[in-house]
Amino acid sequence: MADRSAEVRINDFSEVDCGISAEEAVIEAERCLRCKKPACVEGCPVGIDIPGFLKYIEEEDFRSAIGIIKNSNMLPAICGRVCPQEVQCEGECILGVKGKPIAIGALERFLADWEREHGVTVPESKEKRKERIAIVGSGPAGLTAAAELARNGFSVTIFEALHAAGGVLIYGIPEFRLPKKVVAAEIDEVKRLGVLIRTNHLVGRSVPVEELLSYDAIIIATGAGLPAFMGIPGENLIGVYSANEFLTRVNLMHANAFPQYDTPVKRGGNVVVIGGGNVAMDSARVARRMGADVTLVYRRRQEDMPARLVEVHHAEEEGIRFLTCTNPTRILGEGTVTGVEVVSMDMCELDDSGRPSAKPIPGSEQIIPADVVIEAIGQSPNPLLIRMIEGLVREKKGNLKVDEKGRTTVPKIFAAGDVATGAATVILAMGAAKVAAESVRKMFDGE
Amino acid sequence: MYQVKSARLLAENVYETWIEAPHVSRNAEAGQFLVLRIDDEGERIPLTISGVDGDCVRVIFMAVGTTTEKLAALKTGDAIHDVVGPLGQPSEVHHFGSCVLVGGGVGIACLPIIAKALKESGNSVIGIIGARNKDLLILEDEMKEACDELIITTDDGSYGIKGFAAGPLKEICESRPPDAVWVIGPAIMMKVTSGVTKPFGIKTFVSLNPVMVDGTGMCGSCRVVVNGETKFACVDGPEFDAHQVDFDLLMSRQRFYHPEEKESREHHHSGGCGCGGHH
Ligand SMILES: Cc1cc2nc3c(=O)[nH]c(=O)nc-3n(C[C@H](O)[C@H](O)[C@H](O)COP(=O)(O)OP(=O)(O)OC[C@H]3O[C@@H](n4cnc5c(N)ncnc54)[C@H](O)[C@@H]3O)c2cc1C
Ligand SMILES: Cc1cc2nc3c(=O)[nH]c(=O)nc-3n(C[C@H](O)[C@H](O)[C@H](O)COP(=O)(O)OP(=O)(O)OC[C@H]3O[C@@H](n4cnc5c(N)ncnc54)[C@H](O)[C@@H]3O)c2cc1C
Ligand code: SF4
Ligand code: SF4
Ligand code: FES
Repeated sequence: MADRSAEVRINDFSEVDCGISAEEAVIEAERCLRCKKPACVEGCPVGIDIPGFLKYIEEEDFRSAIGIIKNSNMLPAICGRVCPQEVQCEGECILGVKGKPIAIGALERFLADWEREHGVTVPESKEKRKERIAIVGSGPAGLTAAAELARNGFSVTIFEALHAAGGVLIYGIPEFRLPKKVVAAEIDEVKRLGVLIRTNHLVGRSVPVEELLSYDAIIIATGAGLPAFMGIPGENLIGVYSANEFLTRVNLMHANAFPQYDTPVKRGGNVVVIGGGNVAMDSARVARRMGADVTLVYRRRQEDMPARLVEVHHAEEEGIRFLTCTNPTRILGEGTVTGVEVVSMDMCELDDSGRPSAKPIPGSEQIIPADVVIEAIGQSPNPLLIRMIEGLVREKKGNLKVDEKGRTTVPKIFAAGDVATGAATVILAMGAAKVAAESVRKMFDGE
Repeated sequence: MYQVKSARLLAENVYETWIEAPHVSRNAEAGQFLVLRIDDEGERIPLTISGVDGDCVRVIFMAVGTTTEKLAALKTGDAIHDVVGPLGQPSEVHHFGSCVLVGGGVGIACLPIIAKALKESGNSVIGIIGARNKDLLILEDEMKEACDELIITTDDGSYGIKGFAAGPLKEICESRPPDAVWVIGPAIMMKVTSGVTKPFGIKTFVSLNPVMVDGTGMCGSCRVVVNGETKFACVDGPEFDAHQVDFDLLMSRQRFYHPEEKESREHHHSGGCGCGGHH
């Protein structure tokens, strides 16, 4: 589990964590107690048989080990890298009570990478069936639902608005955390199950709603891609980005390699990132890799940051300055950004999320110089398609209303992932997609 | 991959390209645009859908920078990596009564498709098209056919009425005020020309052209301010009520990447793209 040193890695976009060797994997797996009632499994949103695959690692039967994971999770190379393990599987592992929990994420990643190098076996699909299923969106939710349904013999088409499949995995999460070749390989596996992925198709526009409704069932997995802006003065100045735009320019369009790639992005200088989640960490670390001096402004305390722990740690190592208990009030500049006015925040009583709520301290304003400001304060579901389909209900924050089976308020239309939950995690999106896919299957099997 | 079906030069530096993209052509309506990316290293750029024929769509564009220059170099049979569309809200087409469509420069490309839709909804349509000089004027014949009446202006008087399109528009507003007006062209032209209809209280649409990335509402690059509110031009527009648009902000944001655009062109002209400077 060696990380490349911060001084080296801030000069490139290669992966930070180099992964573990087969020997290390076996030694780590040997530590597992094979609990009768494994708490780790409870902590995994897709319920992977963790002691089961650990046992095979110990026996050095990596092929069988990855097989167990793939029964529950089609995208292990991704989850092993980006799951917030500290609050999921590893957070529950019994060994974590007194010492170090089993490094489940690292082991999962090891197996997936091992399989990619040693040849992937595509799981067998059931007999072909006549029903046609349309899936809107190719993020983790769409890919998972597609794989599940294809394995059950359905004919599955995914429509994706962008020119590349993968959703946030491809345009949001940067290369140094999740190499694009890893994402591409896992998407390729989904394709090998017979799933057709039609990129450049914005459903509601390139595929009219009537055409969508001609499918036997539909799963909406359009994510939560609509960026929120703070609503403070100066947000439309040149140099102010949503994190989505900044990350898309770099991850999807390769603006870090401009002018070889044609898409530009502002590089270097003083960059201020607003927010404390994964999206904020990614923006800060991407900016750092393009030569910027980066300050991350977060309104609560560092321990309240919703980002994965290891990302916060990596960001600190890479020299990102954290300005916590601080909130922006205005963005300054004429035409182009020159600075951000921020105010210190007083931490008060706990709010609904269990974190302290924050109130501005009058008179504590200060100005931080900035050439670029990146707002990473949250995303909500894009309403474009949802508004076009009669009968779909949107709840608070624009989330699409679904029941525990992934059913929307319209017959034969299901939904999964961030579109239904609001911005969440890869594995939760996948878990929900499995539920929705199972509901689709049951609908046709009359169960 | 999407194939170029035909390509030709329309006027100095202005090109017409037909692209095979059935998912776009079958669903396109007046006022919508597409986003294309020419090759794997390319930028995503928006272009108005200025015509539809079966499985093909037409774009008309001025070669002003790296991507439009690359596009201009494509010939029949060449491929474009990605085309997505139709994007944006269609023009607000219904029965107004009489309408005036004003186009400036390459903005004229947007008009025939809107003119046809307005005619089909029972409107009478007057076209006013303007260019710097006679050689830069495009789509005269098509506009003549689509409109009940066509007025031509050139800045230098080399053809039609000498001066800007705002002149004849003002005369029409005074003598026979229309019920709706479209003004499409460079931002500064839209700002000045749509100012003409304001005192008359005539409903006026402009098509805004901020810098875009995805064109689907997920990045916010295209934000514009209309009636004091921030909007995403790619999903809320591109057409908006001209009299509520903050044009100065639009023009400022269009300059976001001027230094990088220059760098990109120099890179490509010096052969940095590996094509030996052939475009
Ligand atoms: C920068 C960033 C970092 C993150 N880091 C982590 C992390 O470390 N760990 C973690 O677990 N989670 C992380 N997340 C969250 C995680 O990525 C999301 O929860 C997850 O991707 C949601 O999956 P999804 O399939 O629901 O949606 P998405 O991944 O958003 O995919 C939706 C897809 O649908 C497409 N689409 C939308 N509308 C249409 C339409 N009308 N027609 C066709 N296609 C359409 C979109 O283009 C997109 O490709 C991060 C998110 C971001 C933005
Ligand atoms: C909805 C919409 C419809 C458009 N329709 C047409 C059309 O029909 N014909 C036409 O000639 N032009 C049209 N444009 C403008 C066209 O997109 C730009 O000319 C093109 O992107 C320039 O790219 P470039 O790489 O060739 O030049 P660059 O050197 O990169 O840029 C030249 C100028 O074009 C603008 N521009 C650059 N990148 C973008 C981008 N990604 N998105 C939007 N604008 C950008 C900027 O103002 C820039 O200063 C439209 C723009 C929008 C938003
Ligand atoms: S999928 Fe995520 S939560 Fe489940 S075991 Fe793997 S890393 Fe842990
Ligand atoms: S909780 Fe920890 S020790 Fe127990 S089975 Fe799971 S990984 Fe092994
Ligand atoms: S271009 Fe990205 S939101 Fe409009």
